[in-house]
Parts: sequence; C-alpha cells; structure tokens
Amino acid sequence: MELFTNQVLAGIATGAIYACMALAVVMIYQAIDHLNFAQGEMAMFSTFISWQLMQWGMPYWGAFVITLIMSFIGGIAIERILFKPLAKAPVLTNVAGFIALFAIINSSAGLIWDFTIKQYPTPFGSSPFLGSQLISTHQAGMIGVTVLLLLGLYFFFQYTRIGLAMRAAASVPESARLVGINTSWMIALGWGMASAIGSIAGMLIAPVVFLEPNMMGGVLIYGFAAAVLGGLTSPFGAVVGGFLVGIFENLAGTYIPGVGNELKLPIALALIISVLVVKPAGLFGRHIVKRV
Amino acid sequence: MSAAEEVVAEGNEAVEAVPKRAMTLGTGTSLVVLLLLVVVPLFAKNFVIFQLTQLLYLGLAVLALNILTGGSGQFSLGQSAFYAIGAYITAVMMEVFNIPYFLCLPVAGVVCFGAGFLFGQPALRLSGVYLALATFALATAMPQLLKLNFLEKWTGGVQGLVVTKPDAPFSLPMSQDMWLYYFTLVVVLVIYICSVNLLRSRSGRAFMAIRDNEIAASAMGINVALYKTLAFGVSAAITGVAGGLSAIAVQFVAPDSFTITLAIQLFLGMVVGGVGWLPGSIVGAAFIIFVPNIAEGISKGLSGAVFGVLLFLVIYLVPHGARQVAILGQQLAGRLRKN
Repeated sequence: MELFTNQVLAGIATGAIYACMALAVVMIYQAIDHLNFAQGEMAMFSTFISWQLMQWGMPYWGAFVITLIMSFIGGIAIERILFKPLAKAPVLTNVAGFIALFAIINSSAGLIWDFTIKQYPTPFGSSPFLGSQLISTHQAGMIGVTVLLLLGLYFFFQYTRIGLAMRAAASVPESARLVGINTSWMIALGWGMASAIGSIAGMLIAPVVFLEPNMMGGVLIYGFAAAVLGGLTSPFGAVVGGFLVGIFENLAGTYIPGVGNELKLPIALALIISVLVVKPAGLFGRHIVKRV
Repeated sequence: MSAAEEVVAEGNEAVEAVPKRAMTLGTGTSLVVLLLLVVVPLFAKNFVIFQLTQLLYLGLAVLALNILTGGSGQFSLGQSAFYAIGAYITAVMMEVFNIPYFLCLPVAGVVCFGAGFLFGQPALRLSGVYLALATFALATAMPQLLKLNFLEKWTGGVQGLVVTKPDAPFSLPMSQDMWLYYFTLVVVLVIYICSVNLLRSRSGRAFMAIRDNEIAASAMGINVALYKTLAFGVSAAITGVAGGLSAIAVQFVAPDSFTITLAIQLFLGMVVGGVGWLPGSIVGAAFIIFVPNIAEGISKGLSGAVFGVLLFLVIYLVPHGARQVAILGQQLAGRLRKN
C-alpha cells in the first residue's frame, strides 16, 4: 500500500509539470487552433535564461521573475514576427512553421550553452516534506506552484476584463471583433502567457531531468497527452489531464510487468490514441459540429 | 476548418497557374531527368554515388508521404516509424535468416502496408492537429519499441544490426555502390510510375474526392473509411520499402536512426517539394540531405538553426514549394518564347 501511495504522490508531482505544459499547449490552441510543437523548446530556452541569470549571481526568485517577464515578451515577439503572417495559412504550413521554430530554438540553445548536462537548483530543497517519507519538498513545491498558477489563471479569466476579452476572442473571433476587442493582440497575449506558463514548467522540471537542450522532448509528449485527455478546448481539462497522465504513467511503470522506464513513452502514445478513438473531444472538451 | 479543407484551400491557390491534374513533369522533362539519373553515376566517385542513392530512397519516402497528404489530405509526422519497420524487417531477414535482399523489400512493403492500414483505423476519426499529434507520438515511441528486450535476439537491441552490402549479380563489372544505386533507381522508378497511375486511377480520384470534401465524397458513395485507411497503408508500404533500401545502403540499423527527427525531415521534404506534386519529392529529399551539410559547413552546431530559418523563408516566400518555383520557371520560359 505504501508503494501505491508513494507512486500516486510522485505521479501527482510530475503530473503538475505535465499540467503546466498542457496548459501552455491549450492556451495557444485556443488562440490559433494549432498545436505548438515548439512549446517544449520554448520552455527549455526560458529555463536556460534563468540558469544563466543565476550563474551571473542572481538569487533564484529574482531570476524566476525576470525569466517569466522575458518569456512573456519572447512569446509575444515570436507570434508578432513569425506566426502572424501565417494566420490564414493552411494547417500544413503552420506545422512546418512550428517545426522550424523547434529546430531554431533547439540548435541555438545548443550553440549558446552547449549540449552538456547541467545541474539546476531547486528553491525548495530536496529533503523529505514535513517529515514524511512520501514526497520531497521539491515535489511538494512543484504541486504548490502549479496550484497557485491555476488559481491565478482562474481569477484572471473569470474576473478581469482582459481575461474575458481573451476568452471572447478565442471562442467567437468575429463577434469579439464587433464589440471592439482587438483579437489580433489577444492572440499575441495568449502566446505570451503560454510561453510564461511553459517557462514555469521548465524551471520546475529542470532539477529533476537536468538542464540540456533536449530535456523537454518527453515532457512535451506527456503535455500533449494530457491536453488531449482533458480536451484541447478546456484549460481546466488540461490540468486534470496532466495530473491523470502523471499518476497513470507512474502506476503503469510500477505495476504493469515489462513496462518499466523504457516503455513509458509508448504508454503516452497508447493513451493519446485510445482517448482520441473513444472520446475525440477529450474528457472536458466540447464537440465541434462541422458544416459542409 | 478540417485538414482536408485546408489542403484543398491550399490546392486552389496553387492551381491558379496550372491545371490541378499537373502533378507530374512533362514527358520531355521526365526523360531528361531520367537520363541524368542514369548517366551521372558513371562518372561519379563512390561517395557521390552513395549520396545519390540516399537521395533516391529518401525521395521515395517523401513521395510516400506526398501520396498520403497530397492524395488523401491526411498528414503524418510518424513516417519514421514505418521507415524503421521496413528497415528492420529488411535487416533482420537479410542477416538473421539469410534471405536475399531483393526478396526482403516486398516483404517489408507488405508488412508496412499492414501496419499502416491498422494505424489508419484509429487515425480515421482524427483530422488536422489530432492526426499530427497521434502520428507525432507514434514517431516518438518507435525507437523505444525497437529497444525492447524480447526483440533483442533479432534486432540487436540498442546496438543495432550490421547489414552486408550485396555484390553486383552475374559478375557485372560494377562496384557495390554503383550496383546498389541502379537497383535503387529501378525500384524507385517502378514505384513512382505505379504511384502516378494510382493517383490517376479510380482509387486515386476517390482519395482526392475525400481530400476535397469528405462529406460530399461519402454522399457520392465513396467508402471514406476504406479509402482513408488504404491511403495510409499504401503510404506506409512505400515508406517501408524506402526504409529497407536505406538499411541496405547504410549497412546499419539502430533504434536511434529512426527518431522523430527523421519524421520531421520527411515532412519538411514534402513541404519544400510542394504538397501533391510528386517530382517535388526528389527536390525535397535533396533539401533535407544537403542543406544540413551546407549549414554545418557555415558553422558547426548551427545546422538546426539554418535549417529552420531556411524553412521559414520557404513557407513565407514560396508556400507551395518547388512546384511553385517550377511554375514560375515555366511562365518565364513561356514569356521569353513569346518575345
């Protein structure tokens, strides 16, 4: 039983990261109806920036805040410069654009900081949490930060004018434009926020997977799996999906014989495909009716 | 907008200058290209011949993706998985069971057809981003599956498998590389001609009807599910043959040669070559083989960035890839002739 509780708790902790990634993916999906395949690389780059700031002697939380701001601006810049011209282009062109962005970021990170694996500090420490053997303080911190982030986003979208405007622009762009919302800037704002949320995920997972240009590959797949599970149209679903995928991944690795660490990615694949087949809109997504 | 509709939208823009049927080169141009492909290796060094072989089989893999996307309007970021299956089947049959290489390729094709057809079943319900996602996950998972323990006695696990390069038969006075090149050329030509005919056949028109408007196609009595999975199967089969050829040419297969990077390269090859324009496949293959090399020459470690920047330039300036360039060239030639 202790093994079970242990695995579930560890699953919730990594699930928090997947939830952040899924949230970032959903933010951009809501805004432009495309999956950002470069999301993981953007998060990785942000994490490197914070690492660099700390190398220059900045305290952790200072670097954290500056990285958030820089990621936000960076996200907006990427949207304005690279993806705004592609707004009306077909899906295929957009996917190609995301892949190009992926290659550019990955390669430049390798060029600037090289491909060696780096230690990344945790602000919470790694001792057992509150004397319990079950989770470490870092895992508890990961969960805590994610929950705070979620509450913050909830209040932003429910109770602020700009949050309302963003929701309107995402669901019915034409009507939103008619009531005077600048939809184009709402999209850019969505990109900025997604980039900032992704950077939080990156900074939280970096102490666990270590810092290197390819660190987000697996995390992104789980983030996608989480987003699909929860429904690509629902931020709340993305978060629930993230936690579920984290727990599922850990339990499958422990209890299904022969899975172990190697088959965890194929599990994400199986999860994505089965969800899409059984319930294409995800657990909390809404169905979109197609017209001829 | 579904993926199919989007591909159509793209098609319509592209087709303004040329009729939609023009997915191949004219007879004259084809013959010139073929002549070049036959003659050039006679005067080239072994390494160049190897690169040309690479060009052919990667072109074949891009062609396979092109049939799927340009033909039926679905797209895939998971082609590396089928490529890997083809390569592994060929390698295992040749090395473990000592079966001659030319018999391995059809088997690879048939098995990949099955794999693609089966994968196409769940993929049926997906379109656009969802399909991209499912196939993306397939490509990511494939190297892990190839490393599985219980397959290790055949696949060699993480170590991979070394493949012996075949000699020229009938004691022809040819180096192994040159023989393999001509063998690849014949296989690619046969498949190319079959693909062109497939797309012009009844089934091909069914593919395109589905691509243009799925609901209208099903109202016309086309079995949408069957043809969509069929397109997946055919594409996977051709990709598998390309993978098999690559295993023979590279003389080595290992799980890490078939990562998502390969799938992405094939996808980019298709975009650069022009979606739905079959000769573009070779242009696309040339892009994915030579551009990283050139970029590496400019600055080591920068190849990814240069690749990405070039790709952005392509999708901004010539969104329909090499096809658009070819059309521009034709128009220019036409104008010159008039003067």
